Amino acid sequence: MADRKIRILLAKPGLDGHDRGARVLARTFRDAGFEVIYTGCHQTPEQIVGAAIQEDVDMVGLSCLSGAHRYLFPEVARQLKAQGADDITVVGGGIIPEQDMQDLYDAGLTALFTPGATLDSIVDWINENIKPRA
Amino acid sequence: MFTEELLDKSSTMRKKWEDEVKKTVAKHADQKEKWTTVSDLEIKRLYGPEDIKNMDFEKDIGYPGQYPYLRGNQVTGYRGKYWTFRMFAGMGSAEETNQRWHYLLNSGQTGLSTAFDFPTLMGYDTDSPKARGECGKCGVAIDTIDDFFTLIKGIPLANITTSMTINPPATALWAMYCAAAELQGIPLNKIGGTIQNDMLKEFIAQKTLMCPPEPSVKLISDTVEFGTKYVPRWNTISISGYHIREAGSTAVQELAFTLRDGMEYVEDVIERKGLHVDQFAPRLSFFFNSHIDFFEEIAKLRAARRIWAKAMRERYGSTDERSWWMRFHTQTAGCSLTAQQPYNNVIRTATEALAAILGGTQSLHTNSLDEVLCLPSDHAVQIALRTQQIIAEETGVVNTIDPLAGSYFVEALTNEMEEQAWDYIHKIDDMGGMVKAIEKGFPQMEISDAAYKFQRQIDSGEKVMIGINKYNIDEDVQIPFLEIDDSVEREQIERLNAVRRKRDSRKVRECLDDIRTACKKGENVMPYCIEAVKNYCSVQEICDVYREVYGEYRDPGMY
Repeated sequence: MADRKIRILLAKPGLDGHDRGARVLARTFRDAGFEVIYTGCHQTPEQIVGAAIQEDVDMVGLSCLSGAHRYLFPEVARQLKAQGADDITVVGGGIIPEQDMQDLYDAGLTALFTPGATLDSIVDWINENIKPRA
Repeated sequence: MFTEELLDKSSTMRKKWEDEVKKTVAKHADQKEKWTTVSDLEIKRLYGPEDIKNMDFEKDIGYPGQYPYLRGNQVTGYRGKYWTFRMFAGMGSAEETNQRWHYLLNSGQTGLSTAFDFPTLMGYDTDSPKARGECGKCGVAIDTIDDFFTLIKGIPLANITTSMTINPPATALWAMYCAAAELQGIPLNKIGGTIQNDMLKEFIAQKTLMCPPEPSVKLISDTVEFGTKYVPRWNTISISGYHIREAGSTAVQELAFTLRDGMEYVEDVIERKGLHVDQFAPRLSFFFNSHIDFFEEIAKLRAARRIWAKAMRERYGSTDERSWWMRFHTQTAGCSLTAQQPYNNVIRTATEALAAILGGTQSLHTNSLDEVLCLPSDHAVQIALRTQQIIAEETGVVNTIDPLAGSYFVEALTNEMEEQAWDYIHKIDDMGGMVKAIEKGFPQMEISDAAYKFQRQIDSGEKVMIGINKYNIDEDVQIPFLEIDDSVEREQIERLNAVRRKRDSRKVRECLDDIRTACKKGENVMPYCIEAVKNYCSVQEICDVYREVYGEYRDPGMY
């Protein structure tokens, strides 16, 4: 049986509309051979978690540039866990101050990508760390 | 532009120079093969008379204050008045923002500009489940006119102009401003300012969304009509390219999509409201980005004025020269700044500000060095404001009007960008207009292509951003960091609840019913909005009526 491709849900939680990064990444992931679902701006944590489970993804990538990551990122991780779906890896990106990072890792985020991360470095990280689930 | 004799002479001399170039390059190759702008527009090694020989001095260049306004709207340039120093500010509570405004006015700022937080921008109250974690983060939180009174405390509304960056709920926020002025005894025809109120660019780029494109444009036409009749000094739309550029467009795309958006509004007001173009077009204003590629930005701004003047006169039959003037605010490019080595951002912003001024801007915001990381601190804002003041008062660039006019390069680039912009404009015309083009995803996908290409060029090193892909250093920069405490949200919800307890809830329901009826009948909503905010209806309550009547638009998530 052919290997299943890595499936990624890219999402923008909250009210932030800065979607340039998310859209560039959606194309990057598609070009890298991943299956990408991008749900657009203004998703609530409930919607994101629902889509992640429904689409049976291996990883959720959250992008937020408004400063609301401190509430929204942990909330996605918490709800995934509450639904018994914490085998889905959650990563985040955006304007994330250094001092917020430990809290986010403690809340269940696996990786954080901040300004300056190259597209290839993000793809490499995924290839090394995300395995398509059987 | 030139005599045949001069062109012949130039051609001979040019051949000689080209031979020398060939020989030199054979010995010392150029550092790279292709030289392009940040938007990937190819630039020649040299420009000469032959590059602008087809220009018609009278039709294409002219004089300041004369058609086609390439050289500026003002006959006296910056000698009569500098551009307005207008720093965008807003954070946390209305009280904090009011303090920042007073700080800026005391530092020599000449106009106010309001940044609202995301819940306000999207038409949600602070206690909406969708607003969790966002309150006060990227701007000031305004739920009701009670917050608005706090925001404008001690600000003389009769003699300072205020710009409000607000789009879907623009009717509600503008109504608060109008109501507050009336309650202070200032007649509506005396207040001046701007509401951004440009929904087309939201669908294209910025994504603060509420209703679908068609009814969104209707609400905008309501404000234009109301302003034309009652608030004649107000700019009811700030047709914006800034966000289009920040979303990753090229300079030409910014130019073309913004101007085509402007044309869409003009056409809608003429058709829907039956106004003559010259009744309202003088109050349309624009808002551009000034990015890092110096000459491209200058050419873009000069081209913008000329395209608009031509469009107004030739496309819409305008006969009032005030309609031909493209008046615009400019902001330096947030997306050109880096979180790495953030003090370098001061230099980037200064360069971009200089380009905006050489392009003839009438109002300017300069980004603070820390804006890529957080809301700007007082100190960082002061450096940014001083940047404008140094350019105005020390550098001498304001001494003469449009100093780059007649430059072979600048004029040729201006022409080229205008030509490419018209190509886009005609393409969108052929699609049936901008609303139709947006529904097809055309401008969105053009921008996505450009953004993706640029990011790949950065990653490959083909384009350089210092501190990102060249001259990187290991650093641990600690810049003073302004953070909005989570207690702001709690306190704002308490204030909102206090307002809800003390207001007349029967009156609130009546006001909202009146807005609903106006929407259904296609009447102008503005008078009803003013009445509603006076009775403490909240931003979300008004926007919920719009969402209910017109439907809600969701980002389709194109990439």
